[in-house]
Amino acid sequence: MGNRVGIVGVGQTHHRSKRSDVNGQEIINEAVSRALAGAELTIEEIDAVVIGNMDHFEGINYVDMWSVDGSGGYMKPIMKVTTGGTTGSTVAAAGYYQAASGLFDTVLAIGWEKNSESDTSAAIATCANPILERETFAGAIGPLAAEYSMYMKKYGATEDDAHLAAVRDHNNGANNPYAHLRKRVTLDDVRNSPMLAYPIRLLDMCPRSDGACAVIYASENKARKITDTPAWVVTTTTRHDYTHFGDADWTIMQTLEEASKAAYKKAGIKDPLHEFDVMELYLPASSCAVKWMESLGVCERGEAPELIREGVTDMDGELPVNPSGGVICTNPIGATALIRVAEAALQIMGKADKRQVPDVEKALATGFGGCSWSDVMVLSSSKPR
Amino acid sequence: MTIYIKNEIDLKRGYKTMDWKEDVKEMVYQGRIKVPYTWSVGEVGSRFFIELRDKKKIWGDKCPRCGTVFVPPRKVCSKCYSNIGEWVEVGTKGTLLTFTVVRYKNNLQSRDAPFAYGIIKLDGADTGLLHLLGEVDLEQINIGMRVEAVFGEDRKGEILDIKYFRPLKEA
Repeated sequence: MGNRVGIVGVGQTHHRSKRSDVNGQEIINEAVSRALAGAELTIEEIDAVVIGNMDHFEGINYVDMWSVDGSGGYMKPIMKVTTGGTTGSTVAAAGYYQAASGLFDTVLAIGWEKNSESDTSAAIATCANPILERETFAGAIGPLAAEYSMYMKKYGATEDDAHLAAVRDHNNGANNPYAHLRKRVTLDDVRNSPMLAYPIRLLDMCPRSDGACAVIYASENKARKITDTPAWVVTTTTRHDYTHFGDADWTIMQTLEEASKAAYKKAGIKDPLHEFDVMELYLPASSCAVKWMESLGVCERGEAPELIREGVTDMDGELPVNPSGGVICTNPIGATALIRVAEAALQIMGKADKRQVPDVEKALATGFGGCSWSDVMVLSSSKPR
Repeated sequence: MTIYIKNEIDLKRGYKTMDWKEDVKEMVYQGRIKVPYTWSVGEVGSRFFIELRDKKKIWGDKCPRCGTVFVPPRKVCSKCYSNIGEWVEVGTKGTLLTFTVVRYKNNLQSRDAPFAYGIIKLDGADTGLLHLLGEVDLEQINIGMRVEAVFGEDRKGEILDIKYFRPLKEA
């Protein structure tokens, strides 16, 4: 068990499809400046920096080196972490580990991406095995589509179940000034949007965005001095799985199941549906918003469609999911999972404005990387034991 | 000293008060990285491809510890980390575990949309093989359907030596 650590400041850009007014350093700087401002800290008070984005996406590696104008890391210890889709949550975990180790009092975690600067599908394809998988299965959409095809067949879920989750996230996103897509949609809008890869339609799928996010961690003593309402980190867990797409049982999301189970055990959570007040989940497509609820232990296998249909995860439901609009409204990939952590922290801190869920005491944030690994982080308003 | 406040105000007022920005047309610098790679297939993978190319046979391998039959074969078990040494020939027929029909265009894809691909569990294998589906009505693809490999004529020792899998008409 590490030392207690709280999140004391978060900052993010107003995410857009293309931010040609700023370069990479400058977009990072926006998020960092906002996080520092939110915590009322100066860059001099930051002891260490962790930064990450997707390899290949901008075609410029070594962001730890060239982004100091943005990160503020000049003459500080900086480490780059990059783990695909989970980069943001791994950056979050690494920042937490550094602070929890007791070696640093304040740690700045940064995730960012300018997807507009390259071909996202081409960059994502580089994660697939070039000899065995790129010709026959690569890309972001197809594997998720194939996953839901299998789930529908096994449990009788429908395309509409996923569409309902898309409606939820899009309409939540309309309340979030930072979201990339902020347009309210109806079930018919989703049903009538173009089919990308059966059964996933355009409005079911995440966009590609330009944006950055920064989260500041502080050690127990420091956190209390900075803010009255830190979002305490209870625990974080990561799980990876197989090496080939074809190896997995696609009717479950094993890594998310194992990661959340381990995290709940550490956090003493037995009934996630009732013990969490809000979840900010990395759901790259609305189909995942159905199936993965089971992997999170919110309901039994095969019960997620009912959960979605009954509105349990809506803003006024028992367990609001993605008040921010989630990933299908905003997706600067290297920042995406860190935004989940940031949004969950804002909910704990009571600073989520129009997207605030009342009286949040426990929040869950997740990250997803393809394919298919999972990070989870549990945050709390009260200091962990 | 409150540097952060200054930065934040800059961010908020930037567009309004910094009038030089109105005359600036944002530029982008066009670049391109084209890099050739030579990826090693490895001994295990090479044997798999040689059998595919020369004999139209599909081989997997079996973990001595957990018994999983992997296709494509691999040197080390992904689950229990044991070295695998036992080769197992699996069928060229199998069952479709899942699929999608791709409707969007992308230059990276090896086929023009619309086209289908899926995960096929070959007879005798415990894991799925990813591949394209062909000679099939895209509206009539079903999970659980029986499929068979169709081999290309000019085989080079690569995964597309199997052109695709097509529905099997079993007697």
